[in-house]
Amino acid sequence: MAHAPFGNWLAAALLMAGSALFNAQAQQTLTIAAFPAVDEIAKAAIPAWKKKHPDVEIKITSRAYADHHTAMTTALSTSSNLPDVMVLEYGYVGRFAEGGGLEDLGAAPYNMKAQQARFVPFAWRQGTASSGAQVAIPTDIGPGTLLYRTDILKKAGVTEADLTQSWESYVGTGAKIKATTGAYLMAHARDIKDIVIRSNLQAGDGLYIDKSGKVLVDSPRFVRAFELAKKVREQKLDGKIAAWSNEWSEGFKRGTIATQMSGAWLAGHLNNWLAPETKGQWRAAQLPEKAWASWGGSFYSIPKGAKNKALAAEFIGMMTLTPELQLAAFKSQDAFPALLEVHGDAFFEQPISFLADQKARVLWREAARKISAVDVHKLDPIADEIVSTELDKVLDQGKDIRTALADAKALIERRVKR
Amino acid sequence: MPRLSPQAVPYLLLSPFVVLFLVFGVFPLGFSFFLAFQSWEPTAGLASMKFVGLDNFAFAITDEWFWKSLKNTAWLALAAGVPQHVVAIPLAYFIHTSFKRTRNSVIGAYFLPYITSTVAIAMMFSTLFSTDYGLINVGLHALGELPGLGWLAPEAPTDWLGRAENVKPAIALVVFWRYVGFNTVLYLAALQTIPGDIYEAATMDGAGRWQQFWFITLPSLQPMIYFGVTLSVIGGLQLFEEPFILTGGRGGTDQSGMTTAMYMYRTAFEFNDFGGASALSWLLFVFVALLTWLTNRAFKPRGPAA
Repeated sequence: MAHAPFGNWLAAALLMAGSALFNAQAQQTLTIAAFPAVDEIAKAAIPAWKKKHPDVEIKITSRAYADHHTAMTTALSTSSNLPDVMVLEYGYVGRFAEGGGLEDLGAAPYNMKAQQARFVPFAWRQGTASSGAQVAIPTDIGPGTLLYRTDILKKAGVTEADLTQSWESYVGTGAKIKATTGAYLMAHARDIKDIVIRSNLQAGDGLYIDKSGKVLVDSPRFVRAFELAKKVREQKLDGKIAAWSNEWSEGFKRGTIATQMSGAWLAGHLNNWLAPETKGQWRAAQLPEKAWASWGGSFYSIPKGAKNKALAAEFIGMMTLTPELQLAAFKSQDAFPALLEVHGDAFFEQPISFLADQKARVLWREAARKISAVDVHKLDPIADEIVSTELDKVLDQGKDIRTALADAKALIERRVKR
Repeated sequence: MPRLSPQAVPYLLLSPFVVLFLVFGVFPLGFSFFLAFQSWEPTAGLASMKFVGLDNFAFAITDEWFWKSLKNTAWLALAAGVPQHVVAIPLAYFIHTSFKRTRNSVIGAYFLPYITSTVAIAMMFSTLFSTDYGLINVGLHALGELPGLGWLAPEAPTDWLGRAENVKPAIALVVFWRYVGFNTVLYLAALQTIPGDIYEAATMDGAGRWQQFWFITLPSLQPMIYFGVTLSVIGGLQLFEEPFILTGGRGGTDQSGMTTAMYMYRTAFEFNDFGGASALSWLLFVFVALLTWLTNRAFKPRGPAA
């Protein structure tokens, strides 16, 4: 791994020296920085690009998810080594947007604002900074879903409707499942907190902090989220298992986790590597109490320091507005399209064999329309950490919920005031 | 081609080190000191820096998470550091006196953890510490089956990395396991410098093995103890990799495994506050310097008369 970039450098240097000798005019190169699997999607689109621009090379720099965003932070902070096209994950869009280092793609000369109606509304809004600038264009989204094990539900004598009617019925059904089958309702009690604090939010509402800088963590949705998580822990309905850990995949394989709330893409991960042998035992449902939420999503942006902005904008337009490319990414990488006109494709009606031939994409398509975009604040990552830590104290040390939320509020307010 | 003057040659030969040291040593040091007095939104570029005086330090000192992380660090440094030396000294003495031909392979076995990649170690231990499928819990359970050892096995499998009170001991165990061999090698080297005739004289005077250890070996090891403890203090206070990987980068439930170095890293790269993180790093430096000085006071050999 460590040697590959040096090798590439060397090759690139030789190539440049060579082309300088033979070509009077240097060839143009469009650089794209991405993380998996967006890098694969962009790679697959190179032939389509070459048809329009045979003279423009595409160079994709691919890094692991966390490394990519650290590298992009460094590139923006020093305005050096910036790619022409920067791929961003949803969690980073808000942070980067506030820094002002990204182009407003809604305004001239890009004028992507004219295409707004073609995108899933919440995803478009997620790419809008608080200043109104459209700093990122959505390419794939992660509509939330509840995946559950049909065999465990059947054994416990409960139905999907029991799970999804309300959050209380979800937890109550979990108790029945635990009593009859021994399986956990969810991996970690934190999961239910994470989604309940996001439910019933209107577009433009803040999650932890609103536009005026008011800290919202003692509002009723947080109290309810904490109470539900506490109920889950008290009845031993969660396995205290962190996502992406060994226990997590082992829990799916052995059927000790009955349900998991996540982005629709998790079905793909379960099928490909997490628990392929449980094929046919899973189904998808809408989240309990019609809580519409999204898990992640990828965006394209152009840094202000990019060299080939016009070409970059054209590439972004091609990736996000070409139905064939959006559909191909959906088929090959489970990248749920942000482009609405693809949503009518017959592929959505096809049964998914991992989910016992359920036509689950129809479900996720419905969810995608109903999710509302929450406003992002640059302190969200630390606020999330503070709230999760206070929940740890409630769950493990029996701290009073109101005290915990008041403490969380005080900790966040200190940082807002800085 | 002009000849280089003889006076310039040493500078030329030194330059690879000096240049690298300036770029990767002095510059980051100076830049972090500069940053500690700035408020900076990194994604907005270098121009967005704003001088804020001592604000970052004031914030860090009144930040309860900073103190929590410092307490965690001190706990881990003690719990992982003290046993390292308490075990390494007798172990080195034992290897020194009892092994002849197999000595080098025995030392090699103890040294192996030190040269193994931290990431590999931490990943291996996360598997071992796994609540339901980990070998440590399986082993404890098996031991509990033996007559008289029932107290060893808890009723439910221990949640090593998921409960606040277990996270720190688990991390300390890994750190201890990793560095005990390194310290053993240090002490073995020191043992070899103690002249054999002192022991012979002591034997003549009728001193037993225990007395020889207590009155000859231990005092002769003092300079090496000073060196070893200083390294442990500095290393322990900067502890990062083991807790970072064992707790998945979050520091564990209630952040009970989050060291100051980890908090510093997260402040910069997760919470995007480079100024605050720089202030934290300088505060940590003050603590490291202070404790190193205290170690110096406690262990430094003070001449033959002392």
